[in-house]
Amino acid sequence: MTATTTGSAQRRGSAARFASEYAAYRRQKKIYAFLFGTAFFVCVVAAGITAKFDLVTLAQGLPRTTDFLVKLVPPIALGTFAHDVAEWYWDLGKWLDSLLNTLLMAYLATVLGTALGGFLSFFAARNLARHYLIYWVMRRLLEIARTVPDIVWALLFIIAFGIGPLAGVLAITVHTIGAQGKLFAEVNENISTLPLDGIRAAGGNWFQEIRFAVLPQVIPNYMSYTFWRLELNVRSATIVGFVGAGGIGHDLFTSIQLLYFADAGAILLIVVATIMLIDMLSEKFRHSAIGKASFAH
Amino acid sequence: MTVRLDRITAADIAAERERFPRMFAAAAAERVRVWLMWGSGTALTVYCLYRFGFLSQDFLHGVAKFAAIVVAQLFPPKGFEHLPLFMTVMGETIAMAFLGTLLGAALAFPLSFFASKNMTRSRPLQFGTRRFADLLRSFDYLIWALIFVRAIGLGPLAGIMAIAIVETGTFIKLYSEAIENLDRKQIDGINAAGGNGLQRIRFGVLPQVLPMMLSNTLYMFEHNVRSAAILGIVGAGGIGFLLADRLRAYELQEACLIIIVLILAVYAIDYLSKILRERLIGDQRRREPVDDAVQV
Repeated sequence: MTATTTGSAQRRGSAARFASEYAAYRRQKKIYAFLFGTAFFVCVVAAGITAKFDLVTLAQGLPRTTDFLVKLVPPIALGTFAHDVAEWYWDLGKWLDSLLNTLLMAYLATVLGTALGGFLSFFAARNLARHYLIYWVMRRLLEIARTVPDIVWALLFIIAFGIGPLAGVLAITVHTIGAQGKLFAEVNENISTLPLDGIRAAGGNWFQEIRFAVLPQVIPNYMSYTFWRLELNVRSATIVGFVGAGGIGHDLFTSIQLLYFADAGAILLIVVATIMLIDMLSEKFRHSAIGKASFAH
Repeated sequence: MTVRLDRITAADIAAERERFPRMFAAAAAERVRVWLMWGSGTALTVYCLYRFGFLSQDFLHGVAKFAAIVVAQLFPPKGFEHLPLFMTVMGETIAMAFLGTLLGAALAFPLSFFASKNMTRSRPLQFGTRRFADLLRSFDYLIWALIFVRAIGLGPLAGIMAIAIVETGTFIKLYSEAIENLDRKQIDGINAAGGNGLQRIRFGVLPQVLPMMLSNTLYMFEHNVRSAAILGIVGAGGIGFLLADRLRAYELQEACLIIIVLILAVYAIDYLSKILRERLIGDQRRREPVDDAVQV
């Protein structure tokens, strides 16, 4: 009898404690939510004022955007379909040439950037760099190469190399060095050190360590990152032309500036088709590269 | 049986090679294929080097000129009297990234449910929404900015819209992937307790996906600060306008100062966003957004 009374009293006690603690927890959560919500709201208002966000201009502009998008496609009648499309793509030869230029720019920048970035990544990996200072300086250099947008690099290279695809290739290359250097360095930092010890014990030098202990472990990841970078560089190569650094972006930019909307639409369609195709191919290659990686273990 | 390394003779190695040829070298066809791949890759690279003028005398002149520019004309940075202006415009850039990301997230959130296989019964609707997202994503920010500058006019609003449109595509992809990976049991629980569709989403789906969505959104905000920095080149507001203007006017030392402001601001935003992401997500499972959707 007494035992059950104390038992239920205890239960009542713990239930009350739970209720009060739960209420306190809820209160705390509400305060947090309120504080966070207020801070967020202040941020939105501040950003709106700073960036001069204006609903009236936006509301007036959106119909014009749809007008613009509609004008990208010229009237195409079903009866004269082939003729109309041929008319639309009247300058196809030149655009395909620009597209080829764009793809080759992306390819060359990826090859050069990956080779240089891959080489530098061994100095930017904490476990492979021989001195902390080398590691630190290399990391900062790679960060600068990557943080400055490629189109800004393009503007800089145009000053030295003049208008044309060369400046574009160099700009994308520098950006690629920064990005690949960082990603590859992180891959390098995650390798197993046992093969390294083996080469070192057998009297190998630094280059032999890299060649026989590091590369076999990291190549599949490198491949995957490289295909991904190629995909991103095709996108970059389509836009560096906006500032005169070659590629199909130049044709797009001039056609929009000169209000040749149908031309702009035709080029945009080529760009989108290319980028979607590259995305698909790159995904396929990357899966096959990763497939090899899982085989290797 | 023990094998002592110093007792292995050349004849033993030859015998082993005879028995397991593949352990010593790849098959001939495979070797030819690898050589062909490397050979054609190298040939294409050399052709590209030639095509774009890397192999000409002008290239060396350009390199010398570039080195001279970097050493002599870029440094030291100048124009510190304009620093308040540069910082204000950098603030505008960050505000553009913030509003664009927010708008994109708001547009993508409802659409991402249509794009998830486990939330939509209609397969064409799901597939169509996904492809629509891909289409929005496949135009670069600058292309959208160019379009919006034509339609809305010069200024940050065009930039905000460009970021918002691309991010709508990215977030539909990221959010719907998060939704497709969720645990079915919580939804079944709400179903069993008699909850309706809205309650299933509020109590079954959101608690599972919200942390990842917030983390992805912050990550893209970080990324968009970089994107917003270049939109000004086509007139869509932000620091890119000042930077392109200084570079084209050959005011390289002022351009250098702007680049320094940009790099420092990007560092600061990355740092803050990382702290925020860790605070918001806490110890719950963290996942960076899939690489495919993000351009670094």
